[in-house]
Amino acid sequence: MTDLATRLPVSRRQFMVGAAGLTFAFALPGVTDAALPASERVGKEFNPWLSIAPDGTITIMSAATEMGQGSMTSLPLILAEELDADWSRVRIVPVPPIDRLYSNPAYGMIYTAGSNAVRVYFQPLRMFGAQARRVLLDNAAKRWGVPVEELTTEPSVVVHAKSGRRLGYGEIATFAEIPDKAPEIKPDQLKKASAFRLIGKDVMRIEVPEKVNGRAQFAIDVHLPGMLYGAVVRAPVEGAAPDRIDDAKARAVAGMVKVIRLPYGVGVVAETPWAAFEAKRALAVTWTRTAKAWGFDSDAGLAAFTATARDLSQPGSEWFKAGDLRDALGKAATAMDATYLSDYAYHAQMEPLNAVASVSASGDAAEIWTGTQSPTTAHEATAKALGISRDKVKLNTFLMGGGFGRRGPRDSDFTVDAVLLAKQAGRPVKVMWTREDDIQNGRFRPLSAHYLRAGMDSSGRLVAWHHRHVGDRVTPFFDPVRYEANKRRDGILMAGTELGGYDVPHQLVEQLYQDTGVRTAPLRGIGFVANKFATESFMDEIARQRGVDPLQFRLGMLAKNPRAAKIVERVAAMADWRRERKGRALGLAYIDYSGTQVAGIAEVSLDRTSGQIAVHDFWCTIDCGIAIQPDNVVAQSESSIVYGLGIALSERITIKDGVVQQSNFYDYHVPRMNETPMMHIEVIPSDNVPTGVGQMATPLVAPAIGNAVARLAGVRLRHAPFTPERVKQALG
Amino acid sequence: MATNFVVNGRRASTDAPPATPLLWVIREQLKLTGTKFGCGTGLCGACTIHVDGKRAFSCQTQVSEIAGKSITTIEGLSPDSSHPLQKAWLAAQVPQCGYCQSGQIMSAAALLKEVPKPTRAQIVDHMSANICRCGTYQRIVGAVERAAREG
Repeated sequence: MTDLATRLPVSRRQFMVGAAGLTFAFALPGVTDAALPASERVGKEFNPWLSIAPDGTITIMSAATEMGQGSMTSLPLILAEELDADWSRVRIVPVPPIDRLYSNPAYGMIYTAGSNAVRVYFQPLRMFGAQARRVLLDNAAKRWGVPVEELTTEPSVVVHAKSGRRLGYGEIATFAEIPDKAPEIKPDQLKKASAFRLIGKDVMRIEVPEKVNGRAQFAIDVHLPGMLYGAVVRAPVEGAAPDRIDDAKARAVAGMVKVIRLPYGVGVVAETPWAAFEAKRALAVTWTRTAKAWGFDSDAGLAAFTATARDLSQPGSEWFKAGDLRDALGKAATAMDATYLSDYAYHAQMEPLNAVASVSASGDAAEIWTGTQSPTTAHEATAKALGISRDKVKLNTFLMGGGFGRRGPRDSDFTVDAVLLAKQAGRPVKVMWTREDDIQNGRFRPLSAHYLRAGMDSSGRLVAWHHRHVGDRVTPFFDPVRYEANKRRDGILMAGTELGGYDVPHQLVEQLYQDTGVRTAPLRGIGFVANKFATESFMDEIARQRGVDPLQFRLGMLAKNPRAAKIVERVAAMADWRRERKGRALGLAYIDYSGTQVAGIAEVSLDRTSGQIAVHDFWCTIDCGIAIQPDNVVAQSESSIVYGLGIALSERITIKDGVVQQSNFYDYHVPRMNETPMMHIEVIPSDNVPTGVGQMATPLVAPAIGNAVARLAGVRLRHAPFTPERVKQALG
Repeated sequence: MATNFVVNGRRASTDAPPATPLLWVIREQLKLTGTKFGCGTGLCGACTIHVDGKRAFSCQTQVSEIAGKSITTIEGLSPDSSHPLQKAWLAAQVPQCGYCQSGQIMSAAALLKEVPKPTRAQIVDHMSANICRCGTYQRIVGAVERAAREG
C-alpha cells in the first residue's frame, strides 16, 4: 500500500502524461451537449489531475469509476472546490490506467469499491486543487507585479481588489509557468468548511442528464465495425474444463461463425446476438469432474458450518481481540449464546456482464471496452490473457449498469471472455452474458454461520463478546493478490464482526476458514451484511432477555461515543420509538461502518398465515462527516436500504452438486416498488472528515427487520433471508 | 424476408428471423442503445418500449409481431429531454447507475398516457413491472407524481 500524498506532487515530466486510452468525457450540462473525447483535453496541465484550456475549460481527472454511486462527480468537485473553479466550466475525464499516478491508496490500484473513494482521495485532491490555485495566483501576481498576498479568487478568476484587475483562469493558462516543484500548501491553508462554494451544495451528477434520454453509454452499447457477437457456456463449477463438446447443432445455426474452446468453457461467435445466443443454447458440453465445488450442497454445507461454529473444541484463528474474553466469560454473572446464519446472495446488477475486445492479428496488442470497478485489473488481466505487456493494451472504460462489487475481480472474468474470443475470431467481439449466465456464473456473497456468546456482569452490563465465524472465503478467490498483500486476512468476509462503536471491554472474534470452491465476491455491504445481522440481532436478543429496552441498552454502550449516540437517539425520535403500533412493531440497528455512523429503524407487520413480512417504513440517520453531495448521501442510503431489503427477505442462491440452482428474476427475487417501504433519511451535519456513503445502510436492514419481528411476534429470526417458510417455521 | 415498421417516426426494416426479439433489432441493428437488455424474459422492464403507444417489453416482442407497427423508444420520447417525465427525473435526481431508467421512463410515459393523474397506488402498481436494482423507487414515484402535476 502506498500513500497517495507521499507520491505526489509529481515531477514536471509527469505533469505531461496524456489521457491516452480514453474515449469519453462528460461535459457539465450547458457547456456542450456531447461527450468529448479525452484526446481533446487541451490546455495547460497543472498536475496529472487537472488541465486548464485558454477558453477557461477545466478538465479534471476522476479516479472513481461510475456505477451510480456518484463519486465520479464527487472527486473532481473536491478538487474544484480548492481550485475555486467555475463548476460550469469543468469537464470530467476518467483517469487512464496509470497505477503509479492514480491508484486508490487503500488498494494500491485504480479501483472503486468499499465506499472509500471520497474518504481516501479527499485530502490529496484538496491539496492538488490548492496547489494549482497557488500556481495561478503566483503567475497573476508576477504578470501584474503585485504581491501574491493581495490577490484573491472568485470562481475561475484571479482578482486584485486594490486595482480592480481580473484575470480568468483560462487567460492565465496561456502564459502560466508551472514550477518544477509544486508549491507547498499547509493543511490549515485549505478552505474552511464555511467557505465552501461546491461541497455540500448538491450539484447535478455529471452523467445524470444522459441517463434520462438513452444517451448514457455503457460497455454493452459499444459497436465496432466488423464486430461479432460472443456468448460463452462457462463451466458450472470454478476450475472445471470442457470435457466433451458436441457442437453439431450449434454449427447449423444461421449466422454462427465459430465455436471456440476456452480453458473454462466454450465460446461461440456469430454475426448477430440472436445467432450467438441460439448457437450457445445448442451446444452440448460435459465437464471435467476434478473441480473443488463438485458435490457441494449449500444446505448441507451450512449445516456443517453451523456445527463447526458451535463446536468450541475446534479452534479458529483470531480475527479481532480486545481485553481477555475467556477470563471475562469465566467470571460473567450470566451468559447467553445464539446462532445466526446467512445464505449466498447475488449482485443482480441490471446490466449483465459484458465487454468488447479487439485483438491485433498477431495477438501482440489489444483494445478493450468494458465497465469495470477496477481499470487496473481489467487492463492487467487482458495483458496476462494474451501474454503481452500492459502498455500494449488500450483500455476504454464506461459507465456501469450497477457494480455492487461484481465488476472488479482480479481475473476480470467477463472482460477476458471478450479478449479470448476476439483473439480466436480475428475480429472484434462483443460478449454479452445473459441474465441466466450472470446468475449461474455469479460470484456470491458467501454462506456463513455465526455462533455468538455474551457474558454480563452482576449489574447486567455486557462485558464479554465471543463471535465464532464460519464462512466461505472471499478475498482468496476474488483477489488473491490482495489477500496475500493483506497478510492473508479476508476482510471482505470478516469486516463488521468487530463491535465498532460500542464499549464492550472483552471481545474475541474467531475465524474458522472454509473453502467450498464456490465462486464468491464482495457484495454491497460486504461482511457487514451477514456479520451485523448476527451481532445487531444478538444485541437485541440480549436486551430483550434482560427486559431492557433495546434502544436504552445500546445507548448505554455508546455513552463514550457521542456521534453514535446522537444518530441513534435521532433515529429513535424520527420513528417515535416508544409508541406502540397496532399489528406492527419497530426494530432498531446501529452500525459503525468504516467510520460512518448509521442507524436504522424498520416498521413491520406480519402475515402469520403466509409468513410474509411487510416493511412499511424505514427511518435512517447517517453521519458521514462532511457530506460532499448531501442529496446523494440520501439517495445512496435509500438505495442501500432497498438493497438490504432484498438480502433480508428474499434473495437466496442455493447450490446443488456445485451448481447454482437459480436462473433469472423469477427464482431470484429482488425488491420491486410495491415491496419498498417509505424511507425517511436524515443526514446529520458534521465537520468530521468525509467517510463512505455507498452501502452503509444495507447491513442495517436485516437486523432491524428481525428485531422488529421479535418485538411484534416474540420469535427470533436466525437465518437470512427471512423467507415466508422460515418465518412460519419460527412462528411454530 | 424483410419486416417493415416505424421507429420514432421513421421507417425501418429488418431481415432478422421472425422469432428474433425486437430488442436486438433496436439495439444492435438500429443502434438505438437507450433500450436495455436486462433479463430477456420480460421480468425486469429494462427493455420497455411503446408499440402503437402501448407499453411493451421489447425482449418479449418478436419481429414477426411488428410489421406495420409504430415503435417508440426512449430516443423518440422527446428530441431534447423535454418530456415532463424526463424533466421530473432530473429534478428528483432519480438515476443512479441509470441502466434501467430508459425502461422506467417509458413505462411511466405509457401510464400517464392512459391515466394522466394517477394515484400513488396506481403508480406503484404500474411501475412494479420495472426493476431498479439501485432502488430508486421512492424517487421514481415522486417524479411521476411531479410530471403528472406539472406535465
